[in-house]
Amino acid sequence: MSQHSQVGGQDELITAQPLYTPIKRRSFFMYAGATAGATALILAGCSKDDTNNNAPTPTPGGTGASVSLGSGDVGVLNYAYALEQLEAAFYAQVVKTPASDFQGSELAYFTQVASHEAIHRDFFKAAINRDAPGKIIPGLNPNFTSINFASRASVLGAAKAFEDLGVAAYNGAGKLLKTAAYLVIAGQIVSVEARHAAYVRDLLDTTGTSFAGDDQVDPTTGLDKAMMPVDVITAAQTYVTEKLDASTVGK
Amino acid sequence: MNLFKIIDQLAEVDADVLGRFDSRRAIFSSLGTAAKRSALAATPLFLGALFQKAYAGTTATAVEVLQYALALELFEQDFYGKVKASALYTAASAADKAAVDQIKKHEDSHVTLLKGAISGMGATPVSGVTFKAAVFATLTTFKTGPAATSQLGIAQLLEDTGVRAYKGRAGELLGTDLLTVALQIHSVEARHASKIRTMRGQLAWVNPGDDLATHPVYTSGVTAGSNPGQFGLAVPAYTTASPVENNTTQSGVPITTGLGTTYSASDAAAAYDEYLQVAEVLDNSRAGGLIGA
Repeated sequence: MSQHSQVGGQDELITAQPLYTPIKRRSFFMYAGATAGATALILAGCSKDDTNNNAPTPTPGGTGASVSLGSGDVGVLNYAYALEQLEAAFYAQVVKTPASDFQGSELAYFTQVASHEAIHRDFFKAAINRDAPGKIIPGLNPNFTSINFASRASVLGAAKAFEDLGVAAYNGAGKLLKTAAYLVIAGQIVSVEARHAAYVRDLLDTTGTSFAGDDQVDPTTGLDKAMMPVDVITAAQTYVTEKLDASTVGK
Repeated sequence: MNLFKIIDQLAEVDADVLGRFDSRRAIFSSLGTAAKRSALAATPLFLGALFQKAYAGTTATAVEVLQYALALELFEQDFYGKVKASALYTAASAADKAAVDQIKKHEDSHVTLLKGAISGMGATPVSGVTFKAAVFATLTTFKTGPAATSQLGIAQLLEDTGVRAYKGRAGELLGTDLLTVALQIHSVEARHASKIRTMRGQLAWVNPGDDLATHPVYTSGVTAGSNPGQFGLAVPAYTTASPVENNTTQSGVPITTGLGTTYSASDAAAAYDEYLQVAEVLDNSRAGGLIGA
């Protein structure tokens, strides 16, 4: 079932996003969790097509101005700043136009998560401007046309994908840092992202194990995912108008 | 002793391990005849030399960090083992039991992984780190009631301690592949902490409103002494207390007022977890006081 769903999801993506190559799509699904990632995207895509014929056709990410994240430690900080901008913009929209079918304390939780991500974004901006004047990337324009903010399922699916991707991104970028103080900060933030990820996964779960499910934490080694910047940006590019270049991050 | 198996285990910890050697084949072709190979490969000294060469310059620190990580994982593994053997666990809901099982599975995996890596680097893994049976016997509920006497209350303290402890040693692995592994374990501990907190009806992140907010696990400093020597753990020099979890200043930046937008102290504290040093983690006010027979 999930195999068919994934193929269907890819077909939709091909129509919507001609710039996406098959390899990149595949790596996104691998890292985001095959079934869950595909389901989230399908839910987002289908709800537009099936329930609202007047909805705008999703526009592809990465078709705007080109932005290099830079090199060395500043590149890693800009990389984190880019991801935090994305997360902060996403949760700001979640809070601004909450899904009508949010349950219990979900909106109150997401309001706090939105603050955490906004703090991370603003902190990186301040730190980069202080430590590397002139090297900061511009504010990015998010592209959330593939997310249906009116739908709890679409929002939770996207939140899960963002949080798991953020955890894998920080885990992979840690060893690229040459300054211990930056590593400490990255460590302080990634565990909060992991807490968010586990919380969002728990909202979607009935089994009790999804918070650190076998699709995310290798059941043999007990290790969470770690991804390198180029792979993370490939997965995140859909949600950013600018074309991001992470090829020199940490180098 | 199977050399390939050890290298494979190490490769799970350190994806570049095979790159550190010329290649699996080259290790053996450089050793001469088959007889010599099997004789050498069976020698621990040979293995130690091989791995010390592969990790030249990083071995001593890396082993110490891994031993510390293993001690904490053994401690957690034993705690969840005791939970799973208890009547309170048996009476818990299916979903709650599944969550505990999933966490225990990860702690088991971490123990196996770290033991393999430490052995592979020529050292003897620490052992016998257990949760005090007398303290465990005082835990009278599964997840309800006062945190101090509930199994998941203590689980929350252990997981949040683990998250702080891994952070405290990341700097010593700067720029290494072992750092990646440590981070990959670290974020799993954070996922565990989040889940345990949710099961207890607490927020998923550390915040000033926690029922356990004033527990030493969320403050810092060495106050009650410790006896780390019993496990042969090396304790790095300790001089200054780590930041407390309610800290709202990061990298010299006041988060509540210094970012252009005003943020609440609660959000500023919750947006960042804080590290703890070894001496603080092993202090008897925290994990040190719960480790024992």
